Amino acid sequence: MKYVNEFRQKELAHKIAENIKAEVQPDRDYHIMEFCGGHTHAIFRYGVQDLMPKNVHYVHGPGCPVCVLPIPRIDNAIELCERHNVILCTYGDMMRVPASQKKSLIKAKAAGADVRMVYSTQNALELARQNPERDVVFFAIGFETTTPPTAIALQQARKERLMNFSVFCNHVLTPSAIGHILDSEDPQADAQVALDGFLGPSHVSSVIGTKPYEPAVEKYKKPVVIAGFEPLDVMQASLMLIRQINEGRCEVENEYHRVVTRDGNLKAQQLVAEVFELRDTFEWRGLGWMEKSALQIRAPFAQWDAEKRFELSKSTGRDVKGCACPDILRGMKKPTDCKLFGTICTPEDPQGACMVSSEGSCAAYWSYGRFRMDNKGSENAA
Amino acid sequence: MNEVTKRFQAKLNIKSGRIDMTHGSGGRAMNDLIEQLFQKHFENDYLNQKNDQAILPALGANERIVMATDSHVVSPLFFPGGDIGALSVHGTVNDVAMSGAKPLYLSAGFILEEGFALADLEKIVISMAKAAREAGVAIVTGDTKVVEKGKGDGVFISTTGIGVVSIDLDISGANAKPGDAVLINGTIGDHGVAIMSHRENLAFETEIISDSASLNGVIADMVKAVPEINVLRDPTRGGLASTLNEIAQQSGVGIKLMEDDIPVRSDVHAACEFLGLDPLYVANEGKVIVICPQDKAETLLEIMRNHPLGQHAAQIGTVHEDPNHFVTMETAFGGARVVDWLNGEQLPRIC
Ligand code: SF4
Repeated sequence: MKYVNEFRQKELAHKIAENIKAEVQPDRDYHIMEFCGGHTHAIFRYGVQDLMPKNVHYVHGPGCPVCVLPIPRIDNAIELCERHNVILCTYGDMMRVPASQKKSLIKAKAAGADVRMVYSTQNALELARQNPERDVVFFAIGFETTTPPTAIALQQARKERLMNFSVFCNHVLTPSAIGHILDSEDPQADAQVALDGFLGPSHVSSVIGTKPYEPAVEKYKKPVVIAGFEPLDVMQASLMLIRQINEGRCEVENEYHRVVTRDGNLKAQQLVAEVFELRDTFEWRGLGWMEKSALQIRAPFAQWDAEKRFELSKSTGRDVKGCACPDILRGMKKPTDCKLFGTICTPEDPQGACMVSSEGSCAAYWSYGRFRMDNKGSENAA
Repeated sequence: MNEVTKRFQAKLNIKSGRIDMTHGSGGRAMNDLIEQLFQKHFENDYLNQKNDQAILPALGANERIVMATDSHVVSPLFFPGGDIGALSVHGTVNDVAMSGAKPLYLSAGFILEEGFALADLEKIVISMAKAAREAGVAIVTGDTKVVEKGKGDGVFISTTGIGVVSIDLDISGANAKPGDAVLINGTIGDHGVAIMSHRENLAFETEIISDSASLNGVIADMVKAVPEINVLRDPTRGGLASTLNEIAQQSGVGIKLMEDDIPVRSDVHAACEFLGLDPLYVANEGKVIVICPQDKAETLLEIMRNHPLGQHAAQIGTVHEDPNHFVTMETAFGGARVVDWLNGEQLPRIC
């Protein structure tokens, strides 16, 4: 846009596009999974795919923290405010995700539950200080990027002896999900995951570094390039992936040198390690139960762990019938393959999580890409 | 006010007084509030009639009446570049002016929360009076209610505006035609970002001030020079994106924007990046979208650029035929995308 613009951006983008065109082999397809919703968003918002050769395909992965949280966990969050009468603090997007029985946090709030939208863990701590007579629970979600602030909040709560504050921890880990996607041999799926490489989220790697991806790359022989969230980053990283694929190399490469190192932010990692430990297993929406793929709060912080403090039911809530989120999150289907897409499932009335968050694939397709669809709902060019 | 009532009237303690339930009861205290605050600052012949209605002069033969109403519930009440009082005038004046009309009269309804400081209320009223004077409109009738503490947000103001428009003008959201140019009078997103920068939870340092302003002056110049203008619309809540979607639907056309041509202040852009917002969806209070035949675009841009409220005016897109009524955009990158309606509220991102 004017005034912002580095006009060079467009030129640079076209230059990278030229390089990509020169390097792709016309007789093969390249399936690049952008793991993170932030990349999905950038690709759609800037129309990056328009600059790519037709045989380079972006496959949208599960990397949206809102999208991967399974319904039973949201049911639990609703239970916390409805049955245990807590003040539940949550990030905005989470409010609209459908839970079971057509409920959601926003509907629970309208019915009288005390749900508060916050922008940071600090807002939640402040609410606990201001409401000493109430239990305040922070609904913590997100990948490695959002984990350190939660860790800090827990340490602060312990230091201040803030006994009415606790965290409902749903933090999940990126590398295990990538491994799992490559592992998934779903007998029911009609398509196998055909992926040639991954764009790794830069903000996650600014915390964990690039090293944690090395075992998966080694094992599955699929390259990973850590990419920033600017559209130029996505393009440059795509070029790096295409090169690796052409040369038959499989490495973890780093496009985002300006921030990311191999080891990451050791201080943040240590902070997280003090407060959290691996869960044996955790359910991801779309990916199912995955071993060692999420974090839980360590014993010394048990008093501030909502799961220990409140008795929570074992919800068996499932996705809406017909919702293809599970396949979409694994890159097996496109949003347009879902029968509910754009008919009964729209951002105004989302049926599945992929339509709720602006980083979800369905929402991105709908909000930015639907002019590519013909009237029958199928894509004419992508 | 005659001498006798003046003598027996309690003086409002503006400095440290607060709104209490009696100010809405219809009795003496309410009368004091109206006379010593609203009437004092809004003063004009019609309001001075002190009736529950204002009787206004007759219309010209070639004029039609235009009416618009708007309620204002902004938080915080005072923000960089404005406050709820000025905003409640600008918003309604603009709604009337978007038909090409000349706004003349406003009504003002106040819903006050018990405990609200009179000093703050006075600031708001003074700012409203100033905004009305600047826009050349008179606040001719009003209403006051007080709600219990906790049941309001300090002050809510609802304003209704009346204006007149020549029978020869036909400006409406339904009039955009394929081939038309889409113009705007300046940078987008200033108001929304200014407000957000002062929200309790979100305070961040910025010099951005709201663009809140009455646009009737610049619109009068435009309409006079180019009566062929098809659409005028102010992109307030929901931002440029939602307003253009409204127009596309209403007119049954498609609109194509050029991202490179949309004016955005660099600090607004940076704040949006930081918060994960898209300036296309951020509210404006002093912006007008103009849709006109392409051959009139230059004339209108020049008029806007010669006005203080239009220095950064630009053509940002064109209207075309599209059975889907999509608003699309060629991105600064050279790609294409849909510019959809705003879904729910725009929320800062998680990670
Ligand atoms: S369109 Fe809706 S129902 Fe279908 S997969 Fe996406 S989110 Fe689920």
